[in-house]
Amino acid sequence: MTGRTECAVIGAGPAGLAAAMTVAESGVDVTVIDSAPEPGGQIYKAVGRSPLPDTSALGPDYALGRKLVAAFQESGIRHIGATDVWMITDDRKIALLRNDQASFLQAERIIIATGAQERPVPFEGWTLPGVMNAGAGQILVKSSGVVPSEGVVLAGLGPLVLLVAWQYIRLGVEVRAVLDLTPAANYLRAAPHLPAALLAGNYLAKGLRMQWDLRRARVPIHTGVRLIRALGTDAIEAVEFVTWGRTRRIETPVLMTHFGVIPETAMTRAVGIRHDWDASQQCWRPKADIWGNTEINGVLVAGDARGIFGAKSAEWSGRLAGLEVARSLGRLSREERDAKGAPTQKAMTRDHRVRPFLERLYAVPDHWWKDVPDAAAVCRCEEVTAGDVRAAMRAGAVGPNQVKAFTRAGMGPCQGRQCGATVASMAAQETGRPIGEIDLPRSRFPLKPIDLGTLAALELPAAELSGEASADQAPGMDVGGSKPQRALLEDAE
Amino acid sequence: MFKRLTDASRPKVTVTINGAPVEVPAGESVAAALIVHGERACRTTAVSASARGPYCMMGVCHDCLVRIDGVPNRQGCRVIVADGMEITHQSGARELKP
Repeated sequence: MTGRTECAVIGAGPAGLAAAMTVAESGVDVTVIDSAPEPGGQIYKAVGRSPLPDTSALGPDYALGRKLVAAFQESGIRHIGATDVWMITDDRKIALLRNDQASFLQAERIIIATGAQERPVPFEGWTLPGVMNAGAGQILVKSSGVVPSEGVVLAGLGPLVLLVAWQYIRLGVEVRAVLDLTPAANYLRAAPHLPAALLAGNYLAKGLRMQWDLRRARVPIHTGVRLIRALGTDAIEAVEFVTWGRTRRIETPVLMTHFGVIPETAMTRAVGIRHDWDASQQCWRPKADIWGNTEINGVLVAGDARGIFGAKSAEWSGRLAGLEVARSLGRLSREERDAKGAPTQKAMTRDHRVRPFLERLYAVPDHWWKDVPDAAAVCRCEEVTAGDVRAAMRAGAVGPNQVKAFTRAGMGPCQGRQCGATVASMAAQETGRPIGEIDLPRSRFPLKPIDLGTLAALELPAAELSGEASADQAPGMDVGGSKPQRALLEDAE
Repeated sequence: MFKRLTDASRPKVTVTINGAPVEVPAGESVAAALIVHGERACRTTAVSASARGPYCMMGVCHDCLVRIDGVPNRQGCRVIVADGMEITHQSGARELKP
């Protein structure tokens, strides 16, 4: 069965919700598709129905999401939750998977707002049960009110390490230690960008306030930390690390780590958008203009999926993409779009001023990729170790696509989401080439594991099955067939 | 290792975890229910049979795969508990039924 919509928005975080509401303002028929059952994304997860008796412990930023999610729910925009997008065809048919049933949705415009994921940085023992992402800790508390009961150690670099520790002490959770892996050299590199960052708003004041609260709560904060190892056999028992030349060990049943966030690019790569390496954000970003237009006709990107700028900017970038969709469908003139978009662009520019500072302060140093011990798993799914990856490179592999063929790294159920960037970073280190010259890991449909039985039960229009489809309706399963149309970018960044 | 801070008056459903019945709040994910009830690992891997538990909680890593109502390879972090649901550990690779 194939449904129809004028504009499909993939993702219901701040970018997707703002995009959908903007598109709808101009009378465009819009459908939001999201992997989670409820709108809000990871940042505003369960914001309307928190299981916590009091959400003030999570801080004021979480509460901001309530307004956005409530406005979306009141808008009556079609929302398809708990649904995966596993393919997008060249003629913008979106293949959905919901409750083990596959279906298609034909869209004229698609806004991809799939957000971000935490940057994987392998270390010894990171596959042990009890080792989690700090973001996972946040999701547990937001959606289920679940927190560590016998202590937790938080380690890594980036604002989320502090935020989660701060939320935990406010909820009465024992934070055994915060291990700050920010290299001292990062402070020097970030310092020149401090004045601009101060103009972006109160981000830095919030960070200092959290540090102050943690120290007042007598949480040990170890700085200059390097080389963390999770120790244990069937689950983590302790974390070991080096700080200022000494090796230390802290017993803990839970270790949460965070090394920054990167765009979730599996979908943008698979539809054929070109991606460039952003040396400051240390990630691949889909090439797009200020409105979110990509090289693929009718496919736009918005929010953290196009670059890491945080929740506020994500909302604004969603709004710009929404205005552009309304313009391209003839509902707004170019002048109307520009006029409506101007204040948003201005707010975004101001908000982005904090980024050069944060990106340098929380940059992952190149030598970390050399420091990954040979025994540590790089590909968690196929259990391919750093030693295996290095051996493949010595045997001639020059990037993630060859390493995948040599070792199976990236061939498991997560489809390279946890190892693609690591292997590319390691390849740059091992071969001495700039990472911008390393091939992007290829992403292919289906984007999510799908049962053959589910595929077989999919009803396709008769014309597509008999091969009578016209060129612009060619089914996208024919990967070697029609190439997506490339559009010219306006105001390319 | 984990506990709930939720108030006890919330509606509950009964599921079984490895055969043992437990009451869990409605709306909770299977992965959250597992770690609260002391199940740090939810499966063993297909390659080396090592223990794994929930890691990203957002559907990216596929480490929280479990068997739910007899169907293996379900992402525990993305399935919401339902009354009567049978949740069991998954050992190694998914078997193929002829």
